[in-house]
Amino acid sequence: MARILQLDTAVAELVNDGDTVALEGFTHLIPMAAGHEIIRAGRRDLTLCRMTPDVVYDQLIGAGCARKLVFSWGGNPGVGSLHRFRDAIQHSWPVPLEIEEHSHAGMANRYVAGASGLPFAVLRGYAGTDLPEHTDTISTVRCPFTGEELAAVAALNPDVGIIHAQRADRAGNVQFWGITGVQKETVLASARSLVTVEEMVDELPEQPGAVVLPSWAVTAVAEVPGGAHPSYAQGYSERDNAYYQDWDAISRDRDRFREWLDSEIHEPERSAR
Amino acid sequence: MTGELSETPTTSEFTSDEMMTVAASRSLHDESVCFVGIGLPSTAANLARRTHAPELVLIYESGTLGTKPRRLPLSIGDGVLAETADSVVGVPEIFNYWLQPGRVDVGFLGGAQVDRYGNINTTVIGDDYEDPKVRLPGAGGAPEIATSCGEVLIVMRHSPRAFVPDVDFITSVGYGRDGAARARLGLPGRGPVKVITDLGVLRPDEGTNELTLTGLAPGVEVEQVRAATGWPLRVAEELGVQQPPTDRELRILRELKATVGNGESS
Repeated sequence: MARILQLDTAVAELVNDGDTVALEGFTHLIPMAAGHEIIRAGRRDLTLCRMTPDVVYDQLIGAGCARKLVFSWGGNPGVGSLHRFRDAIQHSWPVPLEIEEHSHAGMANRYVAGASGLPFAVLRGYAGTDLPEHTDTISTVRCPFTGEELAAVAALNPDVGIIHAQRADRAGNVQFWGITGVQKETVLASARSLVTVEEMVDELPEQPGAVVLPSWAVTAVAEVPGGAHPSYAQGYSERDNAYYQDWDAISRDRDRFREWLDSEIHEPERSAR
Repeated sequence: MTGELSETPTTSEFTSDEMMTVAASRSLHDESVCFVGIGLPSTAANLARRTHAPELVLIYESGTLGTKPRRLPLSIGDGVLAETADSVVGVPEIFNYWLQPGRVDVGFLGGAQVDRYGNINTTVIGDDYEDPKVRLPGAGGAPEIATSCGEVLIVMRHSPRAFVPDVDFITSVGYGRDGAARARLGLPGRGPVKVITDLGVLRPDEGTNELTLTGLAPGVEVEQVRAATGWPLRVAEELGVQQPPTDRELRILRELKATVGNGESS
């Protein structure tokens, strides 16, 4: 059964230096507060996985938490580039960042294989591209029935999968809806999982189209209202588009980024949560 | 009632970006299924649904099938896409069940570089992948959109830096480094059939697949396009000129653009 924990306790217990960690969310329900808690906890040498690393990954990378990034599209959606990510790759600041690069279809299938307990997944992908030359977790496999050659991608099984959801009940059953991305697969593929939620309720209400993760498939749940900000939680909050735009200027400059870390992450009253 | 008048070319001023968006919109046929990315493709697809293609089916990679947004979405995960969709599915499903088997007719792609054979680069600028001059966002959904959609439309602003002889990195394959690789790979989709730019339209040559100038935007000269292209651009024998936007297209396009970022305007 999932344990109901405070966010800081959950991150301290579940995320270790050197772990492979996936904080997933496809522009909706991004576990931003959990990412900030990882920075605050001072974790190092993480291998971070995410289909769409965006602002929170830029922050984790700039803060020096990551040794490696496994991803398929890295950008500030609707705004432009991730400057901390670029600075890490182009100038090894603050530490060198190794990358392992896929397409969305490849990454999604890696999580599916991980969640299914299979060593790899098969897809029609990467044909004619230069990606397989640079990424060891892309290969090919021959269909035993038709002889067709197909792309194969290695399963992705993070040590810790972290997602944000709308609701959980007090037993730790999790419910989320709207654009659900690859979050279910992330939790099921990971050895340990943490779900932050907008709200804890006595009983999960009917919600058509919702994904439900039963308590026994989740390691820990933490109530963090607004924990997806500046992304959004459908039914609870709107996306804060200005934050994404402002991030462009903050992240361009190392000093401005350091000031942001000090005032927004390390200030004592913020870490009290 | 304004039908006849409104379908004639406008007499008002329009920008080259507006022409490019309208040209992209006109390339989408009614009742076809279109895989849409954010930015100009999304604007063009939503313009098409409001003009000549009301039954155009829009799919965004965030998992929204048949979405009918009331305003332009700001990102592929914009809530308005989920709220107005026929169905919302997970990301593995959108790629495995919907894109991979060939259910999508048209894919829209753009990038930092395109080469003479329609290969696209959104990964790195520079010869050394390990030590790039510029690190770009990466592949996203594009490699499989390029291979699995029935056909691909490329939309990009014309410049010698963007239209290069050979891309530094093939993120999404057009016709391959030699123009013939696509056929050798036996890919299900036809590949890029048109490149729409702010200066005109390029199409692959029927024999060599080399991108060739087949249409000019109004007021643009061939020499301008040549100067903005990084390889010796060939020009089709029958060179057309794009119809300027109609008053109706311009009005609807500008109304659409004005809705970006406004909460729930309907």
